[in-house]
Amino acid sequence: MTPTVLLLGATLAVVTYIFRAAGALLVARVEPGPRAQQAVDAAALLLLAGVMATTALTDGEGYAGTARVTGVAVAALLAWKQAPLPLVLVAAATVTAGLRLAGVP
Amino acid sequence: MTVDPLTRSALLIALAVTTVGVAYGAMAASQGFPWWFAPMLGTAVLAASAEMLFLGLLAGGANPLLAFGAAALVNSRHLAYGMAVSDRLGRGPARLLRIHLVNDESVALALAVRDRDESRRALTVAGLGILAAWPSGALAGGLLGTVAPPEVLGLDALFPAVILALLVPALRTRLRTPLVAAMSIALVGATWAPAGLPPLLGLLALPLAMRRATR
Repeated sequence: MTPTVLLLGATLAVVTYIFRAAGALLVARVEPGPRAQQAVDAAALLLLAGVMATTALTDGEGYAGTARVTGVAVAALLAWKQAPLPLVLVAAATVTAGLRLAGVP
Repeated sequence: MTVDPLTRSALLIALAVTTVGVAYGAMAASQGFPWWFAPMLGTAVLAASAEMLFLGLLAGGANPLLAFGAAALVNSRHLAYGMAVSDRLGRGPARLLRIHLVNDESVALALAVRDRDESRRALTVAGLGILAAWPSGALAGGLLGTVAPPEVLGLDALFPAVILALLVPALRTRLRTPLVAAMSIALVGATWAPAGLPPLLGLLALPLAMRRATR
């Protein structure tokens, strides 16, 4: 834990806020038409899809392991079948933990 | 006592974020960061995956500037999030606070709600819930330390599961194919692209999304 890390952490916070504010400001200035707003909404959803896929299947160094992937897959199935959110989340954690307990990586 | 559906969703998201926060705080503590660092960074950045990436890379011995670069890169998606919810941020000082609340889950919930006013409320309650939950979870995780590693409890599956559940309404529209394409592209990217970049590669599916939107 060095001053450099502390400073970089603070800078990360500032940079992130600037990203958010810049996006909001840009759109408020330009007032996009319906098609541009559609594109912006789609872009946000596509980014969420990318975040979801990478956090479900990878852990920064490689494959996240079958346990987590199966847990998320079960959650996906339940969410698609319109199960309530608590059930979806409990299932994700329980399946993942259970598989690990059984020795699945 | 009845709780309206939006508040209920926000509470559940907060609960899930708390448990992810526990995992994040425990990871930070086990890597020797002081107990206050993970909660403070979490409050200030409030983007979850970036903080985990930053501390994870540092813990792995990466150059601090490289860790910062990767975390800043993965957070550049907030530019698109800010654009998507610009009209749901209100005015004046409240707008400045709401800008800080723009993140994965709050945007996902806001975009899943059709009505504009309801959508703004969704962003606010989900965002405030996360502002409380993420640092609290990180603090608890840091104090619990390595008593029960988060992986044993399956907590690492919660973050993708929350996002996925919130994406389901969009997956029922014509955006399904582009969304699945975005997931695939990001995963292919994860096999070669540097840390921070893969989730952003999903944007490459935007032309496909726009072509389907016009039909």
